[in-house]
Amino acid sequence: MSVIPEGWEAVIGIETHVELQTRSKMFCGCRVDFGDEPNTAVCPVCLALPGALPVANEAAIDGIVRIGTALDCTINERSLFYRKNYFYPDLPKNYQISQYTYPVCEHGRIVVDVDGEPTVIGITRVHMEEDTGKSLHMGEGGRIQDADHTLLDFNRAGVPLVEIVTEPDIRTPDQARAYGAELQRIVRTLGVSDARLEEGSMRFDANVSVRRAGTSELGTRTEIKNVNSLRSMQRAIAFEIERQVEVLAAGGTVVQETRHWNEATGRTTAMRSKEESEDYRYFQEPDLLPLSIDERWRNRVKASMPELPAQLRARLVAAGADERTAGLLADSPLLAGLFDAAVRAGAEARTVASWLTGEVVAYARRVGASVGELHLTAEHLVELAAMVAGGELSATAAKQVLTGVLAGEGGPRQVAEAMDLLQISDSGAIEAVVADVVADHPDALEKIRSGDAKPIGFLVGQVMRATGGKADPKMVQEIIRRSAGL
Amino acid sequence: MTDLADLSIADAGRGLRDGEFTAQELLDATWRRAAVTEAHLHAYLVLDREGARRSAARADEELAAGTDRGPLHGIPVAVKDNLSTRGVETTCASQILAGYTPPYDATAVERLRDAGAVIVGKTNLDEFAMGSSTENSAYGPTRNPWDTDRVPGGSSGGSAAAVAAGSAFAALGSDTGGSIRQPAALTGLVGAKPTYGLVSRYGLVAFASSLDQIGPLARSVPDAVDVLSAIAGWDRHDATSYPGDVPEMGRSLDAGVQGVRIGVVTELMGEGIAPEVLAATASTIERLAAAGAEIVDVSMPSTEYALSAYYLIAPAECSSNLARFDGVRYGLRVDGGTVEEMMARTRAEGFGPEVIRRILLGTYALSAGYYDAFYGQAQKVRTLVRRDFAAAYEQVDVLVSPTSPTTAFRIGERSDDPIAMYYSDVCTIPSNLAGDPAVSVPVALDGTGLPIGFQVMAPQLGEEMMFRVAAEVERSAGFSFRAPLATSEVVEP
Ligand SMILES: [Zn+2]
Repeated sequence: MSVIPEGWEAVIGIETHVELQTRSKMFCGCRVDFGDEPNTAVCPVCLALPGALPVANEAAIDGIVRIGTALDCTINERSLFYRKNYFYPDLPKNYQISQYTYPVCEHGRIVVDVDGEPTVIGITRVHMEEDTGKSLHMGEGGRIQDADHTLLDFNRAGVPLVEIVTEPDIRTPDQARAYGAELQRIVRTLGVSDARLEEGSMRFDANVSVRRAGTSELGTRTEIKNVNSLRSMQRAIAFEIERQVEVLAAGGTVVQETRHWNEATGRTTAMRSKEESEDYRYFQEPDLLPLSIDERWRNRVKASMPELPAQLRARLVAAGADERTAGLLADSPLLAGLFDAAVRAGAEARTVASWLTGEVVAYARRVGASVGELHLTAEHLVELAAMVAGGELSATAAKQVLTGVLAGEGGPRQVAEAMDLLQISDSGAIEAVVADVVADHPDALEKIRSGDAKPIGFLVGQVMRATGGKADPKMVQEIIRRSAGL
Repeated sequence: MTDLADLSIADAGRGLRDGEFTAQELLDATWRRAAVTEAHLHAYLVLDREGARRSAARADEELAAGTDRGPLHGIPVAVKDNLSTRGVETTCASQILAGYTPPYDATAVERLRDAGAVIVGKTNLDEFAMGSSTENSAYGPTRNPWDTDRVPGGSSGGSAAAVAAGSAFAALGSDTGGSIRQPAALTGLVGAKPTYGLVSRYGLVAFASSLDQIGPLARSVPDAVDVLSAIAGWDRHDATSYPGDVPEMGRSLDAGVQGVRIGVVTELMGEGIAPEVLAATASTIERLAAAGAEIVDVSMPSTEYALSAYYLIAPAECSSNLARFDGVRYGLRVDGGTVEEMMARTRAEGFGPEVIRRILLGTYALSAGYYDAFYGQAQKVRTLVRRDFAAAYEQVDVLVSPTSPTTAFRIGERSDDPIAMYYSDVCTIPSNLAGDPAVSVPVALDGTGLPIGFQVMAPQLGEEMMFRVAAEVERSAGFSFRAPLATSEVVEP
């Protein structure tokens, strides 16, 4: 979609925050529940009442170890918590418990595919921290500077948050988007988070700089915040690349700053420049002991890894789906599951894959339902595929039948019969009709015998008409040729 | 007849169980005492008359019904006001927490209640436990019951004054650099800082998290052991609390010191220590030797740097710990045009000068470019201190020294000289840096009639041996003096 201006190269790194859907918060027993009334999932610890202390949630640590393992990271046996100190009203302690040196996971990688070209993106680190509360700025603008007053909800304060930082290995907005999509798939497959961008359970910040193609020195980077979808991340990065190139090409300099993506205007605007940014005064969190993640723990996680999206795609391809279809199927665990079961039961892979990514998805979209809500089982797919393979249904008729099945009209055979779409594939019956038709048009048969193939089509048409379109046209053609001695 | 308020915990417990008096009568004696002494001392910020009355009544009912919660059952105790108490205002002697009433009890407080103790009130302290004289309280200083012109030490000065004056049988304090032991020394009490992690810090308003420990101030070693035993032990709310078994702290109090190897820290026995304090320390050591202990001189070179390291580490942690007091959720709020302004004004008006000094010091010590030279270097010194202690404990069972370089100083005497004030903790700070237990025991009075404390330090979880030696120090010193103000007779100011 986006094009990097000729002669320039972009260097992009992405920081992703993922909220873990554990039962309780990172450092206290409060429930993690986003639908609650404001300030009801709170306690002395997550409100930072005087004297309260954090205790690390083991389930969250397990979650980050799962993420790190899926991203091919080294899981550090000993890992440290730090305090990141800054004042903000929705940060109750005015420091965030995070990590600095010795994060839980380091040195991972993720492979993304853009237009069939695989790119390896290094993962610098994956670390554990806690989320802040939510500020609701009342008044014009919706930002704290313009707010008349601000309401605070601390239900989210202390929710386990995993930060995933890439190496600056990304070169195009498309790659950035592909990375985000793949990371989202991985996190969802692991079941540690629903990773919804619109709801903020997965959030991306992109660091972007540009340089002349062929040079290796890094340019000044900006950090883009407030991208709420994969598409807006892609657009924001593309805009930012173009903006920086324009600035540099005009002889200007890029200012190191944080920029806010505005979805409506399609532009990024400066939020605050890094010169006046805070010194976070990191120091080791004295209220928590170093985390110890021993080999047994690491091995237990490794052994419990589900099939990851890349592995699933590879398997779908091996089963006969093409790359694109495999990607589409892998995006939906339900579709992939149906495909898997149907193919394992003997259905032809390409046919099933095309139905699932075509008719099924389209139908679901049309009626506004999720795939899970449709009346479709793997057994249906197997039966339908067998009817096509057996000549009982044409490819077109099969799609009509599938729609009926999806609508809950019954099983494939039942629907096909009700729609009167079954083909006559009994060769005896077809032979009888062919014999009648040939008898009516002896000259046509003669022409065929003398080497003119044209009348075959005419005869097939006659047979189809005589059978009301239900004869298997391939079989009809075969029988006509046989009758002509070909 | 002895005033009930002056009984030891053991004697009070015996009387309660023998039916000589009730917990409510013990409490009444405590109120009578407080009515006299508080006018002179200002040991308490809050007296929880209603809560205490209910606890005492319940203690009596339970005893009558045959439920005995142990040595503290029905005993009036005080709690330093940096410990969170459900429903009772907890200000840490700071304006910034004026009016703050916690919804929860600190674990140590909860354990006191579970042990049947009657919590009479919250004692004064240096604001957020930062100080060595209890002069840095936003609500006015506490005075020493031995001489009301003098400080009771700090920061647990309110607890010390209350127990020394008899308006509580014992009290909880907190000790970050000597804040239990130094006031105990200055008021003729036993004050113990346990091994780091032995008592849960949950609900202790943090000053310096890696150094803070809660412990008892009491009128005797056995009383201190009873209180500490009630509050010690693992707590799921404090990740740094010790998960193993609690040492049997009172088991060897009568065992004597025959064959015990006692190290005298040479660096703490010379320059900067008042001659009378040195003399009292030396004669205590002689008595220990006479009781059969083996006395060894031990050099701890890192002690010289411990004070400086402490005054980087503690402020650094405090600068972060006190960030939560911002006017957003509780306590004082001073309005401003923007939220930043509100926070800044609240903090500028809510914190006293010593707290602000330490926050600035700590913020600076953690700043980019200064971290290595200050905080990083201080952590290295801390490691050296630990090593010195570890090496020493290969040769000896306990280490001893004076607790405080001087006896109680006059109110105002050191207020304008922070460095002189910081020096009050020179003997006590090393144990905090090492995370080791230490106890102060009164051994003598100086020429002006002020108590002198003697410090016994032990390796981590070495509380049994520490209290064994402390009990011998107590017996051999025969310190039976009481503060002049420990009386329920009306005293003219
Ligand atoms: Zn909570």
